[in-house]
Amino acid sequence: METLDTLILSRIQFAANISFHILFPTITIALGWVLFFFRVRFAQTADEKWMAAYRFWVKVFALSFAMGVVSGITMSFQFGTNWPGFMETVGNIAGPLLAYEVLTAFFLEAVFIGIMLFGFSRVPGWLHMLATFLVAFGTTMSAFWIIVLNSWMHTPQGFEMIDGQAFATDWWAIIFNPSMPYRFAHMMLASFLTVSFLVAGVSAFRWLIGDRSREVRAMLKTGVVLGAALIPVQIFMGDLHGLNTKEYQPAKVAAMEGLWETQEGAPLVLFGIPDEEARTNRAVIEIPGLASFILTHDWNGELRGLNDFVAEDGTVLHPPVAPVFWSFRVMVATGMAMLVLSWASLWFMWRRRALHEGRIAGHWLAVEGLPKPILWALVPMAFSGWVATLAGWYTTEIGRQPWLVHGVMTTEMAVADVPAPLVLGTLITYLAIYAALLFAYIGVIAYLARKAARGEDGRAIDMDHSGKAGVIALSPAE
Amino acid sequence: MLPDFTNPADWLPWAFASLMGLSILIYVVLDGFDLGVGILFPLATPAEQDRMIGSIGPFWDANETWLVLAVGLLLVAFPQAHGMILTALYLPVFIMLVGLILRGVAFEFRAKARDRHKRLWNRLFFTGSLMTALAQGFMLGLYVMGLEQTWATYAFATLTAVFLAVGYSFIGSTWLIHKTEGALQLKSVRWGRESLWGVILGIGAVSLATPMVSTRIFDKWLTFPEIFYLAPLPILSGLLILWLWRMLRAMPYAEDRRSWLPFAAATALFTLAYLGMAYSFYPYVVPDRLTIYEAASAPESLFIILIGACFVVPVILGYSVLAYTIFRGKATELRYD
Repeated sequence: METLDTLILSRIQFAANISFHILFPTITIALGWVLFFFRVRFAQTADEKWMAAYRFWVKVFALSFAMGVVSGITMSFQFGTNWPGFMETVGNIAGPLLAYEVLTAFFLEAVFIGIMLFGFSRVPGWLHMLATFLVAFGTTMSAFWIIVLNSWMHTPQGFEMIDGQAFATDWWAIIFNPSMPYRFAHMMLASFLTVSFLVAGVSAFRWLIGDRSREVRAMLKTGVVLGAALIPVQIFMGDLHGLNTKEYQPAKVAAMEGLWETQEGAPLVLFGIPDEEARTNRAVIEIPGLASFILTHDWNGELRGLNDFVAEDGTVLHPPVAPVFWSFRVMVATGMAMLVLSWASLWFMWRRRALHEGRIAGHWLAVEGLPKPILWALVPMAFSGWVATLAGWYTTEIGRQPWLVHGVMTTEMAVADVPAPLVLGTLITYLAIYAALLFAYIGVIAYLARKAARGEDGRAIDMDHSGKAGVIALSPAE
Repeated sequence: MLPDFTNPADWLPWAFASLMGLSILIYVVLDGFDLGVGILFPLATPAEQDRMIGSIGPFWDANETWLVLAVGLLLVAFPQAHGMILTALYLPVFIMLVGLILRGVAFEFRAKARDRHKRLWNRLFFTGSLMTALAQGFMLGLYVMGLEQTWATYAFATLTAVFLAVGYSFIGSTWLIHKTEGALQLKSVRWGRESLWGVILGIGAVSLATPMVSTRIFDKWLTFPEIFYLAPLPILSGLLILWLWRMLRAMPYAEDRRSWLPFAAATALFTLAYLGMAYSFYPYVVPDRLTIYEAASAPESLFIILIGACFVVPVILGYSVLAYTIFRGKATELRYD
């Protein structure tokens, strides 16, 4: 019982740390590229609105980056303090992948971020642009290597086991393991969607409190267009990822669908309460045949149920059903809300320009077209990407249980023999700190937005209503 | 101490131990100065605090990354040792992490928060810096004690915790001497003088305790002819301390000449102390329990990491020099432009 307590507490602690951590890379990966976009637009057009957008978001980037660095340091220690068995068993494979993550990426970001944040007036324009590019590139590479390792844990290949230790036999197979391309694309899109809704939401907030500056218009349009363009791609990619999971981790898919019995023409469970004791769902609303159709593209296709993953002696080899089932539904529902809202926003902005003002070359969207309810809906959706991303990760990671590395080692085999009360104490402290920091983080973004909306952002950019810039005060470099 | 370069199972662990050692040293010097600036924070006026923040602003992210590299190398190259050391140091590691989180985010928040919250973030910046330094000193003490957990080793670790925190304040002061001017620089000179004792006592305590704890290290130090290999370290350290003491009584020099010297001398001093420790513990990664050869990953895996490291580490060093060059000169208030 002692080890079980330590196990579940260590798992919660790891989940808490990595959930808190992932929030910030999710923002910095795509925000790096969005900043690069702003920077390039400024270089192309010399239009100060792009630089104003850059200056605003670079502060959010700095804050997110700092949160990512400090919570990332926590992650690198967690392996040793709580999960020594992981590296002892698969260290020969996880080691190089983690090393490349730190080497190629982390440093590229951390070194160049100084120039990116504070160097605009100290270095030539091309170097500042290069630094912005390298920071974005670095965050992406960072994501790539960590996704490679994570995917390998889901779909391991290219290794052999000798005396209980994994040894690499084919690095190409390890890196390009079957689930990696799908997971990487899915995560990159998740990051871009998170940022597009963050940018749109914060800009909508600034608009609602009376900010009519040209940079707010540019930012709002960037966010909405990016979100509307990517969400259909993400839904398609999610479907592909699901098919990949069905092939390699059928127990996870069965838990996501809440499917207990192997059957042909399996229904899609829209709502239900999975009951693991009775091994059935209660209060079910379902559409016949649809799950089979989605996953096999055949209304009568066969799907494997959870009961297939119980050993003869009663050992359960499938994940806990309810958390996977619910996380999956939260993710899908958030994605649908993103789809509806971004396309509705796009339509309203397009209609205003097309019907009331006529087309102006290069301007086919008018922010004025957005009705208040839509703007107000965009504000809380600023953090919808976080909800969807976390729900998605819970689906896939809880869905991997009881395995840590699928088919190679269970989570229980890796846990450290640290007394449960000690783990509980540190867990509670982490949770308290994370809650406070999250509160402060969102509070500071709201404060920065208010400050910028009042034009107290260091640079007064005076706008008249036609969208033409009035006085642009550019303060000289210190 | 050189390995057999024809045998990968011999030289690869050695190469990684060297690389990890280098990362730790760079970390201790670089994050040492910015942690030290954090510890000195409450002694300054609000305007001076902004300057102090400005003096470390463009660097601290990259500085802390050396810790990630060091721990990362321990994790990937010596996985057995990573588990053993970090499980033994569970609580101090946790305290250090909380400290790093607090100071890292306080640093960013204080620059962006409204004025009435700034005092809270200032306090957290100081607390986080101090917690981090104390926790690292505590870990250093326990490591020297062979990771034994008794009241005596805890007492020793508490002492090294205090000394390291004061030592970080010292190197932080020397950094500020270089990066600031006027009243703040004068204060920094005084802080440097007043915290030099932490360095002396810290080096002294570790030097006295290390051979006492392990007969192996005792033999390595105090037998003939080994004693002559080690002799330059204490002699050079003593000279450096005397030199620093003289400099700090006379600084700042006219026209602010050679303001970088105390920091350079402090770096040299830290390096010497570190080399002494490395000499003592080699080839063990967990003192007297696990050597780098026993703890190392498979040579094939190490080789793959090494290829990446050979490309990236020189580039990182080059970029670091570039970043320190771009942000050279006296610190100003931090601005995002």
